[in-house]
Amino acid sequence: MKAKVIVMPKTSILDPQGVAVRDAMRHHGLPGVKSVRVGKMIDLEVDGADEAKLHEICRDLLSNPVVEDYQLVLEK
Amino acid sequence: MRAAVIRFPGSNCDQDCHFVLREFGFDTDFLWHKETSAAGYDLILLPGGFSYGDYLRCGAIARFSPVMKSIIEQAAKGVLVLGICNGFQILCESGLLPGALIRNRDMHFICEHVNLRVENTATSFLSASKVGSVLRVPIAHGEGNYTADAETLRALSAEGRVLVRYCDAQGRVTPESNPNGAVENIAGICNAKRNVFGLMPHPERACDAALLSTDGRVIFESLVATLGKSRAA
Repeated sequence: MKAKVIVMPKTSILDPQGVAVRDAMRHHGLPGVKSVRVGKMIDLEVDGADEAKLHEICRDLLSNPVVEDYQLVLEK
Repeated sequence: MRAAVIRFPGSNCDQDCHFVLREFGFDTDFLWHKETSAAGYDLILLPGGFSYGDYLRCGAIARFSPVMKSIIEQAAKGVLVLGICNGFQILCESGLLPGALIRNRDMHFICEHVNLRVENTATSFLSASKVGSVLRVPIAHGEGNYTADAETLRALSAEGRVLVRYCDAQGRVTPESNPNGAVENIAGICNAKRNVFGLMPHPERACDAALLSTDGRVIFESLVATLGKSRAA
């Protein structure tokens, strides 16, 4: 099975990387850009996936719940 | 007094910490992160560096190194644990300390001397200092912007667990003296039992006059005072 994990900084947390990218976009001719947030996407392939175990790994390893939210997308 | 300096792949302040601990009279071992026991030490030090290349998040993978399970057990028994820079990030990732360290406010890696205000000396790590003292100690990090939820910040403040904050030369905690955007200028915190201390600045790099400051020595002097006393008792 294939899965994607999308990890994003929590909306309550300032994302300095997103702010820097937003400012660069404004300098590159897109003055109307209001907000940019930068996260990461992790692609994985797994045999015999146990969805609960995948969520546990998303929570404990792939994201830090103090500052990030994750979304697990299973592609069956 | 026995100390262990934990080495992860990518640790790079391990030698400096080992050197300083020996200077202060600690019988000091290096401990590779694959060791399964960190028992038998009075002090466990997690040094700075870039464990696992900072992949995923700083400290995120090191936190699962075999030795960490034993460090968590030792911390629960009251053994002193000190995390410096990447060591602080690992302590937060492992849950030994609350909160997280994110990218610096201005995105830059910062390598400079900063001023730290000592906020609380009721801990083995700062007992030889005085509240309000200003320590001049270097920082060297890209992800030192401390953050935590409001409830955690209230608890840290109410319980006197913020041990050092970034300040100006007069000891005033101001927005201008905050190098990385850390919430409430927090530079270092301890756990509720006060035996686990993590900080972004590098006290081990401020222990010799040749390195411009000796203000970091007070942390090691405090440890020697505490551990020397418990040994005599």
